[in-house]
This record gives sequence, structure tokens and C-alpha cells, in this order.
Amino acid sequence: MTVILGQMFTGVSIGAVLLLIALGLSLTFGQMNVINMAHGEFIMAGAYTTYVLQKSIAGAGLSLIVALPVAFLVSGALGALLEWLLIRRLYLRPLDTLLVTWGVSLMLQQLARDIFGAPNVQTRAPDVLTGNITVIGGDDPLTFASSRLFILGLAVAAVVALSLALRLTPLGRRIRAVVQNRDLAEVSGISTGRVDRTAFFIGSGLAGIAGVALTLVGPIGPTMGTNVIIDAFLVIVVGGIGQLKGSVIVAFVLGVLQSVLEYSTTVSVAKVLVLVAIVAFLQWRPQGLYTVRTRSLV
Amino acid sequence: MAGTAALAAVVALSACGAKTNSGGTSDKAAQADTSGDTVKVGLLNSLSGTMAISEVTVRDSLKLAIDEINASGGVLGKKIKPISEDGASDWPTFAEKASKLIKEDRVAATFGCWTSASRKAVKPVFEKNKSLLFYPVQYEGLEESPYIFYTGATTNQQIVPALDYLKSQGKKKIYLVGSDYVFPRTANKEIKAYAKANGMTVLGEDYAPLGSTEFSTIANKVKASKADAVFNTLNGDSNVAFFKEYKSAGLTATRMPVVSVSIAEEEVKSIGSQYLAGQLTAWNYYQTTPGAANTRFVKAYKAKYGQDKPTSDPMEAAYTSVYLWKAMVEKAKSFDPEKVKAASDGITFEAPEGKVTVDGASQHIYKTARIGKVGTDGLIQEVWNSGKPIKPDPFLKGYSWASGLS
Repeated sequence: MTVILGQMFTGVSIGAVLLLIALGLSLTFGQMNVINMAHGEFIMAGAYTTYVLQKSIAGAGLSLIVALPVAFLVSGALGALLEWLLIRRLYLRPLDTLLVTWGVSLMLQQLARDIFGAPNVQTRAPDVLTGNITVIGGDDPLTFASSRLFILGLAVAAVVALSLALRLTPLGRRIRAVVQNRDLAEVSGISTGRVDRTAFFIGSGLAGIAGVALTLVGPIGPTMGTNVIIDAFLVIVVGGIGQLKGSVIVAFVLGVLQSVLEYSTTVSVAKVLVLVAIVAFLQWRPQGLYTVRTRSLV
Repeated sequence: MAGTAALAAVVALSACGAKTNSGGTSDKAAQADTSGDTVKVGLLNSLSGTMAISEVTVRDSLKLAIDEINASGGVLGKKIKPISEDGASDWPTFAEKASKLIKEDRVAATFGCWTSASRKAVKPVFEKNKSLLFYPVQYEGLEESPYIFYTGATTNQQIVPALDYLKSQGKKKIYLVGSDYVFPRTANKEIKAYAKANGMTVLGEDYAPLGSTEFSTIANKVKASKADAVFNTLNGDSNVAFFKEYKSAGLTATRMPVVSVSIAEEEVKSIGSQYLAGQLTAWNYYQTTPGAANTRFVKAYKAKYGQDKPTSDPMEAAYTSVYLWKAMVEKAKSFDPEKVKAASDGITFEAPEGKVTVDGASQHIYKTARIGKVGTDGLIQEVWNSGKPIKPDPFLKGYSWASGLS
């Protein structure tokens, strides 16, 4: 029994990681129709920010707390810069954004290699996040890893904050207006350029937060972005482009599916089976789990 | 629909990074360029990617040996000129660079490779071009090549002693965790054969892709198995993620020790000793191994690369391999690979790990097996050793349980 519960928790925690890496992308890809291949490198930037802060701030706990807002700002600024330099010239040409941002992602990887060196680096997790919390004691205790609980909390907080911002704030209303009808929004007096840049800042900033979370799980390296970007796109496409709700549900479903399959087969077989399940699902429901508007990219 | 097409394009683009070139095809023996007052040798290591955590230190150690030899007059009156190439943790790149070193740079010998996959990728290149590779890392055995000298441990000098040690400690139920490629798969086949013949039980076997960082399920499986010990053949920085998850799952070295065969001092340093203290390793050398040769080696390495840099088994084997090559060349009075090979049998060197001897028949070397325990200071202290150098037995011919393996 504890094995099943432990495995469900693992699934949910994998889902939380998936959700964090996909969340920012759901804003830039889902809401704004930009295929941002450099999203993975914004995650990497967040992870390296954590690394740099840990080098300069004594105390792993404090540096992690400081890293969250700083990584948000660093990755967000990179995103806003990318939007201002390149992407604003390419709205409505999604496949061109794919190529351009892919080039940018390669450049950012090389930049990371030049600054931090080719070998991967690690950060030290604060002591409170290296242990676990006993949920059910006894001979066969059920324990939850503290770092995973922290990531789960971070994912929930990020989703709540993003959805509240989109629903309740004037900026959120403007973003939704631009998404629904760019021309009408423009003639209503909304500066669509500024809205685009702000949305890109927030989406990329969320990638930075994901990067901080990933430092608790594994090593930090120049190619860590490419390792996660496919998963992020899968979550969004399966969830239904532009649907925050879809991304949330799909991230957790895929996480649990992955962990259950991994437990009963092997890691590699589980990955294949998850991909097969996704292909089958998209055959049956090409528009994804949730959809309101057309999935046409243009 | 367009979303799916875009996704397909995303997948295709990210696959574009992989290279597909393979090694050379020339049948002509490569001639080493020894015309000037230098002799070139190739250094072939991953300086980037998931294996760089381990292989950069091997490259540094090779350079130290070369500098020392050059300072004392070189080899046959010639200074050694190293040509360093980056295998980038990618097997086809290794084959491509090996071919470049042999044919374009015309090196007299090449030192390097770490993973068995990279060694298997370059093996045909060295054989086809009749050029020598000195391979410095422990591996799964079951291999011999006329153009490779194996200066790391083979199975009976590392994995078998590690299993003997576990058995002597009463650890009967073991769980196998490894990276998904040739070394762990073959090693685990051998471990299962050993276990069957020695009354041990293998409770489970799990592989993660090389470079993988998601180990929560494997940690759960290991925990649920209630094994006595874990035999770890993970390579590269997957170990970072694995040991973080292991500790998070509440597993400890006292409750369920992990024996690792690919984690040395350098990896301990980057994973963090707080995750590894008390865990076991199986190697032939530790920074703490006693002896004057080792004191000299550690001092020289730290002087060159920094006081905080530890030395490790593969670094020691790499360092030793350059000296062994020098001794072979001097005995043969030639850089010609065939003459060097013919001169190799019985060559000895006072290595940091103790005296090593080349076994000319298998082109492996006699090595002492050592089990160590990771301390809180990040160094590894020996808890057991085999007493004397063990004769290499790459095909495990000396063990009846290994008869079915190949």
C-alpha cells in the first residue's frame, strides 16, 4: 500500500516538474502563438542564476529563496529582450519563430558553455530539502521527499499566481483581449506591443523559476534546456494550446502515467509507452484536451 | 493539426545535433610522424557533455605525466607533444576524432576514452589503422583488442572483488542500478551469474538513460525491495540525481549501502560528500593509498591544477599508462606500434597505486583491488584490499560461473 502511495506521490512530483517547465511556455506558445525553442535555455538561465547566487551568498537556504525572484527577473529580462529584438517582427509567422528561437537557443547554450565551462555543475540544496517527511510511520513508512514537496508547492503557487493575474488584473484582461482579437484590441487603445512584451517577460520568468526547481533534482549544464523542452511542448499540445487548465491536468496525468509505467516496466520502456499514449490521444483528439478557439497557428 | 506539425518539427530539430560520421576506412597502417625532435600523442576525452565531469580530470592527469616525462628528457630523445580532442560524450564523435588523430596528426599513440560505448566506437578505427589506444578506465571485461592496452581494472580486478566483499559482509540480497548502455548491462549479466553461483539474490535491475536525472521511481523501487545493498553502475552526472533522490527517499549507507564502480574522488566532490558519506566504492587506487609514488603524484597534481583538486583511480591509470607506453617504447627502441606491442610483456612501473605489470598476452595489467568508504571530507578510505596485484582475466576464464558469458 505504501508503495502505491509513494509511487502516486512520485507521479505527482514528476507532474509538478512538468508543469513548472511548461507553464511559462503555455503563456508564450499557447496565448501568443510563438514557438519559443529558447524556452529551455531560459530554464537553464534560471538554474545557472541559482548556481551563481549560491557561490556568492553563504547559506544554501537563503540563496535558494533569493534565487526565486532573481531567476524570474533574469529569465524574464532575457525573454523580453528576445521579444523586442526578434519576435515582435515575426508575430503571425509561427514557423519562423521556431527557427529564429532555435538559433537563439544554440547561441545561449554556447554562451553558457563559454561562461560556466562545458562540464555540468551542481548546487547544494539547503539541509531542510535533502531529507524527507514521514507521512505514515511504522515498519513500512511512507515518506515524501522534502525537495519534491517544495517543487510541488512552487508549481501550485505559480499556477495560482498566473491564473489570478490573467483573470483579475488589468494586464491579464489586456493579454486576453490581445489573444482573442489583436486588431480590435489595438483599436480599443491597448498597446499590443507592450502587452506582448510583458506577457513574454512573465512567461520567460516562469521558466527561470522552473530552472531554480530543477537544481534541486539534478545537475546544471548547457544542454539541460534541450532535455526538457520536448516534454514542455508535449504538455501544452496535449493539454490544448492556450489552455492553462489543460496543461495543469495533462502535466499531472503524464507524471502519474510515467511513474506507474516506470514502476511496472523500465525507465526507457515507460518513456516509449507514454509517447505512444500521446500519439494515440492526439489521433483521437487532435485539438488536445481542452480547446476554445481554433488550433490553427495563424 | 498545425500544432502537431509544429511539434514534429520541434522533435526533428532537436535531433539535428547528433552527428552520424563514423571512423576511417583506410587499411594502410598509419605511420606516426616522428621526423622532428617531437613525437605526437593523441588525448581523446569528453571535455563537454554528461561525461565531462569525469573525463576532464583524466585529460589533466595525462598532461601531467607528459610534462613530467618531457622535463626528464622525453622518450627516445624526443619531447612528447599532446594533441587534445573533445569526444563530447558522443560515440560517433569519438570515432571521428580518433580517425583524425591517427590520420591527420599521425600520433604515435592515443590515450583516453571513458565509457565502454566510446571505446567500442573507436576500437575498429584503431584496429583498422593499426594504431595504439591506451584505455584508462575500469570496464566490464569480455574484450581484447590487439591495438588497445587496458590500464584500468577488468572485471576480476574490480567487480568480482566488490561482490566477494559484499558476500563477506553478509549482504545477500542486492539491487542493480545502472546507466542504459554496454558497461552496466554486461557488468550486471556477470553480477547475476556470480550471484547465482554464490547464494546471493538479485532482487531487481533498473537502467536509466545516460544523462538521465529522474530517479524518484528507481529510488522507490530500491526502497521497496528491502535489499541488503545496491550495486551501482551509473555513469556520469546521473549519479548526482540518483544520490540526491536516494537520500530524499530516506535510504542511508547504514541501512542499505551502495557500492559504486564509477564514482571516484572527483565525482564525490561534485556530487557532494553529504550525499555520499559512508557509501562504498570499488577501485584499484584512492588518493589516500599509501606509498611514496602516490605522495609524489598527488603533490604534483595539486601543484599543477590546484590544492582542492582530488586525484582518482582513472586519473592514476591514465597517468600510469603514459609511463607504461614510454617504457615499452624504450624497450622496443621504436615508436612502431607492432614493436611496442611485442616489447610490452612484463613491463613494470612503480605507479601511485603500487607496482603494476603489463600482461603481454591480454594487454591488460596486474592491479590490486581496493574497496573504499567515502568519508565526510570527500576522500575515500580503504577498508579492504586484495593484498597483491591480481592477474587480469578479462574473459573470466578462472571462474566456473562465468562459463556461459561472452
